[in-house]
Amino acid sequence: MANLKTNEKKTKAQSMGMHTEVLTGRTQQKFFNPDEAENFYYFGTYDVDFNKRTDLDVKEMSAPEANKEIDNLMSQGYGTIVIKNPQGKHSLGVGILNKLNLIFEGSLGYFGMGSCDGPTVRINGRVGWSCAENLMAGKVVIEKNAGSCFGAAIRGGDLICKGSVGARTGIDMKGGTIIIGGDAGAFTGFMMQRGRIIILGDVGINLGDSMYDGTIFIGGSIGSYGSDAVDAELTKSDQDWLTRKLKVAEIGENFDVSKMKKIVAGKKLWNYDNLEPTEKKGAI
Amino acid sequence: MAKKKTKVKTKVKSKDKKEKKLKLGTFKETAREKLIGQHIGYRYDVNLLPDYKRITPFLKKYVEAMGWDDLNWLEDVHMGYEEDRPAVFCRNANGWVTIPKSIKLPNNQQDRDMIARELLVKFQMSPKHPLVDLKKAYLKF
Repeated sequence: MANLKTNEKKTKAQSMGMHTEVLTGRTQQKFFNPDEAENFYYFGTYDVDFNKRTDLDVKEMSAPEANKEIDNLMSQGYGTIVIKNPQGKHSLGVGILNKLNLIFEGSLGYFGMGSCDGPTVRINGRVGWSCAENLMAGKVVIEKNAGSCFGAAIRGGDLICKGSVGARTGIDMKGGTIIIGGDAGAFTGFMMQRGRIIILGDVGINLGDSMYDGTIFIGGSIGSYGSDAVDAELTKSDQDWLTRKLKVAEIGENFDVSKMKKIVAGKKLWNYDNLEPTEKKGAI
Repeated sequence: MAKKKTKVKTKVKSKDKKEKKLKLGTFKETAREKLIGQHIGYRYDVNLLPDYKRITPFLKKYVEAMGWDDLNWLEDVHMGYEEDRPAVFCRNANGWVTIPKSIKLPNNQQDRDMIARELLVKFQMSPKHPLVDLKKAYLKF
């Protein structure tokens, strides 16, 4: 009997030793010099120029084809790409880990701009469910309305909708800022763990239900509070930050931020302390 | 004899208090807890908003290079601690990056956060970041 294991072709990861290295039970150490050459971009990303602009008509393309073409244009150094005729296609512009100025002339379907890390995006239309899901960094601006689960599980960056949004905005978010110029639906900030949500209009029922941490600012009326969502005092630092953020979002220039309500977690459902009782020793 | 014992106890207590005041995880965060009226259970206050007056020149350049108007994702980065040493959490490597001893830390959290942000950007953009190896191994296109 031939030993099948010996005949198996090694994957690239196996040949790099990633499957043989024992990582359990010890700290993995990587050393780097903080004074090494100044670099602002991830290793292996494209060096693009914002002044180099091109158009891309995706009318006859599928979403994967369009996304690959965006990647191809970035590899040629295009820093500003205008997407024509997106026609509500799903999953457009996903997985961009580069600095980029991306403009959609039209509306997107579900999961548009998901899992991105870095680009500045403007969508001159509407978006469907779960826009910018898992956004890591960057700025996404939607000129009109958005569907449900807007900014689901985002980790960082600014997500702005100038119109109104559906239910479960910012569900499970772990960082970043979501800014809504209009109203928001039920269960806004459901199970959020950190980050900030700003809603200039009204919000539906069960606001901040089961939130672990993070902050929600509301300009209009609140349908009802969710479990463990409580009011907090709006500080001067909050007001300064809100004024600054709304300027960045290009909405609510004359909005009186001092009248906004601040909602935080009551922290009765929350148990970070139990997760690491021995770790909170204090340092520095 | 009884008098001597009480003197020793008070000396030990005051020494403990002094040590506690010097530790970030105890005195300084407790002050912040009093201010916000909330208990901070994690290694830093996740809701602390950045003070833009304290932004470093490196971070200014980074924000400008990325084409953003503010700190963007770095607003959520704060200095915490790992194994009794100051550290910043790298979400890409899923681990804590400890701050070199050569870097002297300022006395307030806002300035410490700016240093943490700067160091994290440098670490993530370094060719020695663990993601570089993963990318080489698993990149599909």
